[in-house]
Amino acid sequence: MANGDSAPPLAIKLSAINKSFGDVHANRNVNLEVMSGHIHGIIGENGAGKSTLVSILYGFYSADSGQISINGQTTTIRSSADAIYKGIGMVHQHFMLVPNFSVLENVMLGHEGSLSIETGAKKARKVLNKLSQDFGLAVDPDMIVENLPVGLQQRVEILKALFRGAEILILDEPTGVLTPQETEQLFEILRALRKKGVTILLITHKLKEIIAITDDVSVMRGGEMVAHLETTRTSPAELAELMVGRKVLLEVDHTPATPGEPVLQAQDLCLTTMSGINQLKDISLVLRAGEIVGIAGVSGNGQSELLDVLSGITAPTSGFFQVGTSNITAQQPSNPARLRALGVAHVPEDRHKRGIILPFSAAESMILGFSGAHHQNSGWWLSPSRLEADCAKRMQDFDIRPPIPSLASANFSGGNQQKIVLAREISTQPKLLLVGQPTRGVDIGAIEFIHKQLIALRNAGCAILLISVELDEIMSLSDRILVMNNGQIVGELERDNADEKRLGLMMAGITTDEGVAISQRRVRS
Amino acid sequence: MRSLHALPRWADVGLIPLINVLTALVVSGIVVAIIGENPFEAMMVMVKGAFVYKGSLGYTLYYATNFIFTGLAVAVAFHAMLFNIGGEGQAYLGGLGAGLVCLMFDSMFPALVLIPLAIVASAGFGAVWGAIPGYLQAKRGSHIVITTIMFNFLAASIMVWLLAGRLKAPGQMSPETRSFSANAELPFIHDIANAFGMEMARSPLNLSFVVALLACVGVWLLIWRSRLGYAIRATGHSTGAAEYAGIPVSTVIIITMAISGGLAGMMAINEILGVQHRTILGFTSGYGFTGIAVALMGRNHPVGIILASLLFGALYQGGAELDFEFSTITREMVLLIQGLIILFSGGLAYMFNRPLAYILGALLTPRIGGGEPHG
Repeated sequence: MANGDSAPPLAIKLSAINKSFGDVHANRNVNLEVMSGHIHGIIGENGAGKSTLVSILYGFYSADSGQISINGQTTTIRSSADAIYKGIGMVHQHFMLVPNFSVLENVMLGHEGSLSIETGAKKARKVLNKLSQDFGLAVDPDMIVENLPVGLQQRVEILKALFRGAEILILDEPTGVLTPQETEQLFEILRALRKKGVTILLITHKLKEIIAITDDVSVMRGGEMVAHLETTRTSPAELAELMVGRKVLLEVDHTPATPGEPVLQAQDLCLTTMSGINQLKDISLVLRAGEIVGIAGVSGNGQSELLDVLSGITAPTSGFFQVGTSNITAQQPSNPARLRALGVAHVPEDRHKRGIILPFSAAESMILGFSGAHHQNSGWWLSPSRLEADCAKRMQDFDIRPPIPSLASANFSGGNQQKIVLAREISTQPKLLLVGQPTRGVDIGAIEFIHKQLIALRNAGCAILLISVELDEIMSLSDRILVMNNGQIVGELERDNADEKRLGLMMAGITTDEGVAISQRRVRS
Repeated sequence: MRSLHALPRWADVGLIPLINVLTALVVSGIVVAIIGENPFEAMMVMVKGAFVYKGSLGYTLYYATNFIFTGLAVAVAFHAMLFNIGGEGQAYLGGLGAGLVCLMFDSMFPALVLIPLAIVASAGFGAVWGAIPGYLQAKRGSHIVITTIMFNFLAASIMVWLLAGRLKAPGQMSPETRSFSANAELPFIHDIANAFGMEMARSPLNLSFVVALLACVGVWLLIWRSRLGYAIRATGHSTGAAEYAGIPVSTVIIITMAISGGLAGMMAINEILGVQHRTILGFTSGYGFTGIAVALMGRNHPVGIILASLLFGALYQGGAELDFEFSTITREMVLLIQGLIILFSGGLAYMFNRPLAYILGALLTPRIGGGEPHG
């Protein structure tokens, strides 16, 4: 490290990194310099090459060419174990934790230190407590991980990295799963880490976060680094433009709605589990053609269950809902195929679990839910060439990249996977669209595109039920906002009356008099 | 989902199985050397015994026919992530179906009617024997591995009970049905060849081999070209996505198991209609279980299954020759070699993936190392 340079030490220096997957040049002559003890953001659209770059840094891939230096020393990183050994830790977007292990067990997993778990655990507990104190990362080491809220699980991931001696911490889209409050807590932790000299590389697509927390920011586009900036000397608008390569509309162009006939009416919907837990309680709502109704709420308050019931995946345990002239009750449940035929489209919350099938080609994922109806006249058979031709057309319409219908769905970036789902669901010209987390893990260019599509669909007369944990999204798209807490709808606000504070209080279960009054109003059909 | 060092497809499908088999053969060679025989000589005997000697190729293909059916059965179920261990029992029951049809109708119908009917019955009986565990899995959550294993025992018991009882030919000691009339016999390939004036050595190879190849085409069409195949694969890869899509997951599981059982049941046509011309005790002799290894080695693809079946057919036939030629190499030794092949291409199937990926990665992509110091 003592190389005699007067310049501040560089924690990471990447020079001329190249990486191709087949024909796709994911990283093209990428240079990056991360100063020691800084929080450095990397921002870019989906498919810009951010993930490939950090995967190279963390030893998942080896670069085709180029050079990596860590703390001034040129090195090669062969595997993630090698990266950990060199002081690089990574917190993945999807946590890598054993759900039924305790915090302590998760942290020491792979670093037990001795043959006897007991002695290893004792040592690990000491280290863990010290780390918790030093960095303000309070977690009870004996808690079982699956019982922890997401924010704390992420903390365990950070502790895991620090436990392994990480001095450079890579965070890949760390706030995708967090509430606004949890995000703020995470940022406090990151600031504390910075103070202790930890270098942080933050991969994100959220401009707000870059501005709020980073010291420096690098922008990637199309596999190349297009800019390195000091955060204080840039603006969200400039970053957005650099990312996308053109001017971006950060605000949605929202015109007043002209609601028409009711499309969906739900009355006293309840969903009770076998063990007697009320996941949904007396949900009543009306959705009219040409309006977007947003459902705000902290995740895990029944929104997912509501989507499952309304899309026909789960039958309600009591109550009913009506789509068009069809009545769906506990006794006469429906199924997703039948509801789809009635004009109900559904963009699921979890695209990996429901929306696409990762090993399937894009063309195959593009007919998920329509495999029975797609080109009905071809009988029992599916023609791959026709599927791919149809898929290619939709890929063009929705700007899905790379536009290769035969490529496995897993090889598309998050935003493009979401566009596959959206293209599939919107192309049927639905009467009712159920949308869960439409822009989760999706970059700014795609967000703009998806929001525009939703508004256009509304203007064309579709009724849209929007469920999102992103309050900004709910507020900018919805005509009306319902708030869910603990399986119930606790309040309703008109678009113009909604602000973050009021919604936040309702989401926490504190209802205003007005909110209570509305939630008690029953819908008569 | 992506492995860290993805292998190119040709390496995964072609090279890896080859390396696995070679490794198994090397280890087998060591074992042969330990008992004091020359492994190269033994190898030569096996290869000649499987392909060169008069009629040996026919035997190899005849064994392969059994493996194709049972391998396809396992593969179809596997596309829905169902592990069908019950091929043995399903094939056994298939033999009952074919046998019953022949016993009832062999004096009534001509071959052109009787044989298709017997084939349908063998598939049907196998399908039912597969669909019941499928139903129990789909509706009751009983694990398919456990139930299919139990159904193997049930099938064996039923067959002993029937063949030693009701179905036993009167006035006979051995537990088997009477011989069917010539109407129920699938023609031997050597007979067909001779009819066309081609000289061909006698072997048990019969028309079932052609049926097996047709079944391969059918399975390929089913899995990769049909709506049902789409539903099967969707259910297998992601139950959540299948539910979301409105695919009736339970029904798909039951249908898949029925198809799987039906394919296993069709193995019986090779043994019962092709060779034995009566239903006998224990004619499945482990082919159903070997089908698991065949499917695994063939990567659940019909082409792979044909290749793997040829290999196992050659092992069976060549192994029998080994037993014949060397006094020290017994039947059990041949089983050991088969076991090693199953071990290396089944249990340790992915052992060489990483090293091979490294080697190929180094060979195929010109890589400029980051190791040399700069400036």
